[in-house]
Amino acid sequence: MSRIARRFATLRQQGRGALIPYVEACDPDYDTSLAILRGMPGAGADLIEVGVPFSDPSADGPTIQKAALRGLRGGSSMKRVLEMVAAFRAGDDETPIILMGYTNPIEAYGPERFCVDAKAVGVDGLIVVDMPPEEADLLAGPAAAAGLDIIRLVAPTTPDDRLPVVFNGASGFVYYVSITGVTGTRTASTDELAHALPRLRRATDLPIAIGFGIRTPELAANAVRAADAAVVASALLNTLEGTLDPDGRATARTVPAVLEQLRGLADAVHAVSKTGSK
Amino acid sequence: MSATDTQAGANSLRSGPDGRGRFGIFGGRFVAETLMPLLLELDGAYKAAQADPEFRRELDYYLKDYVGRPSPLWFARRMTEQLGGAKIYMKREELNHTGSHKLNNVMGQILLARRMGRTRIVAETGAGQHGVATATVCALFGMKCAIYMGATDVERQKPNVFRMRLLGAEVVPVTAGAGTLKDAMNEAMRDWVTNVHDTYFLVGTVAGPHPYPQMVRDFQSIIGVETKEQIMAAEGRLPDTIVAAIGGGSNAMGIFHPFLDDPEVRLIGVEAAGCGLDSGRTAASIERGKPGVLHGNRTYLLQDEDGQITEAHSISAGLDYPGVGPEHSWLSDIGRAEYVGATDEEALDAFQLCTRTEGIIPALESAHAIAYAAKIAPEMGRDKIIVINISGRGDKDIFTVAEHLGVKL
Repeated sequence: MSRIARRFATLRQQGRGALIPYVEACDPDYDTSLAILRGMPGAGADLIEVGVPFSDPSADGPTIQKAALRGLRGGSSMKRVLEMVAAFRAGDDETPIILMGYTNPIEAYGPERFCVDAKAVGVDGLIVVDMPPEEADLLAGPAAAAGLDIIRLVAPTTPDDRLPVVFNGASGFVYYVSITGVTGTRTASTDELAHALPRLRRATDLPIAIGFGIRTPELAANAVRAADAAVVASALLNTLEGTLDPDGRATARTVPAVLEQLRGLADAVHAVSKTGSK
Repeated sequence: MSATDTQAGANSLRSGPDGRGRFGIFGGRFVAETLMPLLLELDGAYKAAQADPEFRRELDYYLKDYVGRPSPLWFARRMTEQLGGAKIYMKREELNHTGSHKLNNVMGQILLARRMGRTRIVAETGAGQHGVATATVCALFGMKCAIYMGATDVERQKPNVFRMRLLGAEVVPVTAGAGTLKDAMNEAMRDWVTNVHDTYFLVGTVAGPHPYPQMVRDFQSIIGVETKEQIMAAEGRLPDTIVAAIGGGSNAMGIFHPFLDDPEVRLIGVEAAGCGLDSGRTAASIERGKPGVLHGNRTYLLQDEDGQITEAHSISAGLDYPGVGPEHSWLSDIGRAEYVGATDEEALDAFQLCTRTEGIIPALESAHAIAYAAKIAPEMGRDKIIVINISGRGDKDIFTVAEHLGVKL
């Protein structure tokens, strides 16, 4: 059983939803992002998404765009991202790590070598934003061979008859992009989620995470009432950005501010009892 | 089946893309899931439109009476004499309404958007030619229009920005990155993904996710179809060489495509070499890039070892893009078309050569094609024929040119 499957099984036994925070690699520098990553499980993270900076994040809003640019300026490369995960794994063998990014840095690294190396350092799953099922063959074979989960994105625009196409080859969990739009902008309403989730449940048995626009403890709690996990990215990155000095460097407040906000989100998520629900 | 498929035989080079939107390894649909259902819908709508004679009839009507087609094929007598070699013909796409080849594609796509019931158009633009063409048809059909343009380009293409605003479009300057076409493309995609319910993304070049490269090529192929008829009428034979400038590559694809199965016709795409192919300040994606994935397709890209896209450089805003249409990448790999570079300086010289010898002020984009043609024409016999695609007129570029010539306007 993969770390991701194991973690969701444990959460289900405990009747809890999951909080999945996001940290952009090397934002604003390697040591700061590693310190945030290392602090996340203690602050209540159940799984963690590590963003792989890309120069052209066309599905992301301004907050993640800026984080990606800070990450690139902070020395990020695929090699460095993998080093960061390895450093994290040295002290934590339980918390699943999912790399989130775009196709081109993976293609440049070489898909097969990437999957082997990612698995070796302790990566558990991959979310590739611009790789729909139609293009998934680039990674499907190497990821399966390495034992990495491929987390598929599903959107409000995905029609019912396409759901089997999207979920074919999906593993780990499913990421529901809860709005039509870019990251860190609008938030889906409770009604929208109430309509969307049963539609997805009918098509998959995998746990479902909701992302895009979840910025407060209340919204995160709403998300895990409807689904199995809440992904929070832009809200944490905004906090991080707010702690940087005028030159964009980390300050003493950077790591504690992000982790403190994460703790508030996690407490709200973990206060939701999911006992009896699927 | 597209119209071109049905004309093309089994061994034709004109039958691409395949069912996955691929030209060899290039092309595809690398987009977020939110957009995937829209691309599938667009593909279906485009196929239905192609199969509908009424769509063709409607498009032909607008191409003739609004765009002003066919465009002439002009024998450039004085330039030919001055260069002292091959006969030079110019395909006069700069005479289209709005001053470039862009309207050929825009007219086709706006009719398609209307068939699909969309009421709002978003587009990216570099030099502003595509933006102006898009704003024009939005005015013509009374549709809302948002044009994303890099802030750097907004600055260097002021006349076109004003033109778009006069036409009623909202011009949104994009400050991300270097503020050029690549960044405008990202921002247009973000708008589309946010407004999927009523918005049509009107891509201006033969790049982006399938079916855009195919669709834009099909709409631009009118250039090559007319060229073939016109050169047969003028010379009784096909040209020896066709030269066209390449940014994303829509004018080149449009004139190349009808000639792909005529191996005797040499096809040359001229990329913007910027300060020189090896200067590090270039936009020559095929000559100096590697295959990778950006803006929905796999193609040659200027990128670093980590797969980060690098900034392109060209004096011409329309060529200042780190990628190229996937069909060009494929034509380069299989050797059917050649891709070369012309520098900023060479383009400026060619701009003046064309202006002085033919009384035609070409766009700086087109000047790259003229520059390369001027280089090879003297080496070719006087019985040889070159066709240069004059993709746009240069009125928009006079400020840039004046600055480089040290003239204050």
